[in-house]
Amino acid sequence: MPVSIQGDDLVYPDRVHRRVYSDPELFELEMDRLFGRAWIFVGHESQVRQPGDFYCTRIGREPVVMTRHDDGTIHVLHNRCGHRGALVVGSESGRVEDAFRCCYHGWRFATDGTLLSVPQRQGYPENGVAPGDPVYGMAPVARVDDYRGFVFASLSPDGPSLVEFLGYMTTSFDDLVDRAPDGEIEVAGGIARHAYNGNWKLIFENVNDGLHPLTVHQSSIEAARDQDDSAWSDGAGEIAVRQMRQNGAPWDMWENQIGLWAYPNGHSYLGDYHDDAKLVAAQRDPSFDEYLAAMEAAKGADRTREILGVLRWNTNIYPSLSFMSQFRQIRVIRPVSVDRTEVLGFCFRLKGAPEAMFRDTIRFANVTNAVASPVLTDDLETYFRLRCGLDSAGNDWVPTSRGLGKDAEDGNGGWQAENGLSELHIRNMFRCWSAYMGEAAR
Amino acid sequence: MTANIRLIEQFLFHEARLLDEARFEEWLALFTESAWYWVPIGPDQPDPFDSVSIIYDDRRLLETRVRRLLNPNIHAEEPRTRTSRIVGNIVLEDDAGRDGEQVVSSRFQMAEFRRDRQRIFAGGVRHGLIRTEDGFRIAWKRVDLINSDGMLEGISIPF
Repeated sequence: MPVSIQGDDLVYPDRVHRRVYSDPELFELEMDRLFGRAWIFVGHESQVRQPGDFYCTRIGREPVVMTRHDDGTIHVLHNRCGHRGALVVGSESGRVEDAFRCCYHGWRFATDGTLLSVPQRQGYPENGVAPGDPVYGMAPVARVDDYRGFVFASLSPDGPSLVEFLGYMTTSFDDLVDRAPDGEIEVAGGIARHAYNGNWKLIFENVNDGLHPLTVHQSSIEAARDQDDSAWSDGAGEIAVRQMRQNGAPWDMWENQIGLWAYPNGHSYLGDYHDDAKLVAAQRDPSFDEYLAAMEAAKGADRTREILGVLRWNTNIYPSLSFMSQFRQIRVIRPVSVDRTEVLGFCFRLKGAPEAMFRDTIRFANVTNAVASPVLTDDLETYFRLRCGLDSAGNDWVPTSRGLGKDAEDGNGGWQAENGLSELHIRNMFRCWSAYMGEAAR
Repeated sequence: MTANIRLIEQFLFHEARLLDEARFEEWLALFTESAWYWVPIGPDQPDPFDSVSIIYDDRRLLETRVRRLLNPNIHAEEPRTRTSRIVGNIVLEDDAGRDGEQVVSSRFQMAEFRRDRQRIFAGGVRHGLIRTEDGFRIAWKRVDLINSDGMLEGISIPF
């Protein structure tokens, strides 16, 4: 049975209509029905460590600010003055000493959004604009919650709890946090940003698409294969060249060794496709011994083995976050319009781990997330060509059928694909998309 | 000193010309065997090790980057990018680099055209140059784009 959105059949079990990537009206509907309701990743608690700290981002297209209030609680507020509607917080991040102050008429707000003061208040009708009146505050986003420090918010007051929404994918967050000997992680090392001219769904499809690296990344795979390893490296080139070569993993490895799993609400993860000891567990890196000792001291040998035995590549938390728990980095995906998307990459420092490990995280992020990466630039070109090609009405349908009918229940409430070349994760995202899009908005 | 700055000026112009003419192998040959090339992600980035970068290439990665630019299957360069850059405000800094390099500061503007779209990049550059029997070599190069922390689209051609 096809899924019909506003009277049009767009999603079948084995294909989707090209309009889902290209129709501005459907994008408007997505902003309302999907981004207006789902749990959207906002930021990590370490970005607002001290009272007064703030970090600005968007939920869908709506500007929000995450804050740490005086009492230590984290708030996510609409970044809009309760008066004329100006953006109150104008910098992306920082610390406010006293209160947020609107640039237009000087209304002041506490870091929990409470209206503190209004210049010339006597001019308003009696009791019209009083400090503390929630009508004129910076409104809190309807629901805010966190899982192990990862803060999400939902614009809708109704819906599943965050833990219900994440389901089994909480284990990928566990994988990231549990790798810290001290049990704590922090955002560090700056933000790697890029934008591409294509639909926001494309990156979610691509990062767990095992079929694309051999063609999309052919140029960097070949360049890396021909690289002389005796050329000088301070570590940056070593990691980058290894990663580029690994993108050339042969088909039979993807078919026989790599798994792909999908879960309710559009989430998925791809199994790790590296056999590269340095990237994954750093066994050949001197810092790994130090790391292992710190882990075993904190968690015991058995638990350490269990934690380091989790080998995942990208985890997608639909529709706002993709992350590499093992590699200690995340990507935040922000739609701008039907054919423009912003991506923000963040790295994490594991508390209690050797500093050399963090430097490897940075080196790896430069390959995967830097806007001038020899790898990423070919992905971005592909997104743009998808955006152009899907304008063609020569064929309205985009198949999502690879591996269809071979998905098995995984015992954790989700599905395991036939192998890492399946399009299970794409079908799964459209199953979720259809559920949100088929219902009335908030 | 006057002669020296003329030579260095000519060297920077030559480097810019190699890049504009897509002579990437010749450009690579300007670098020393232990060179690094760095485009920071923000204006205050102290080093390339503890923060992500737009580009941070040691010699090995720079070689791979250049080899990829010459690969016929580089999708991001089909069609090819054309660039035109102006280098100016060249200053020989008094402070030598860590290994005695001549540190040279300059500003650049680069127009980049690809597939019906033109972009402008601008910023400051610092070169660490050493003098060899065959002329100057680049021991390191740092390029600070004025929009390094902006929301950029894919960048294939080095600055």
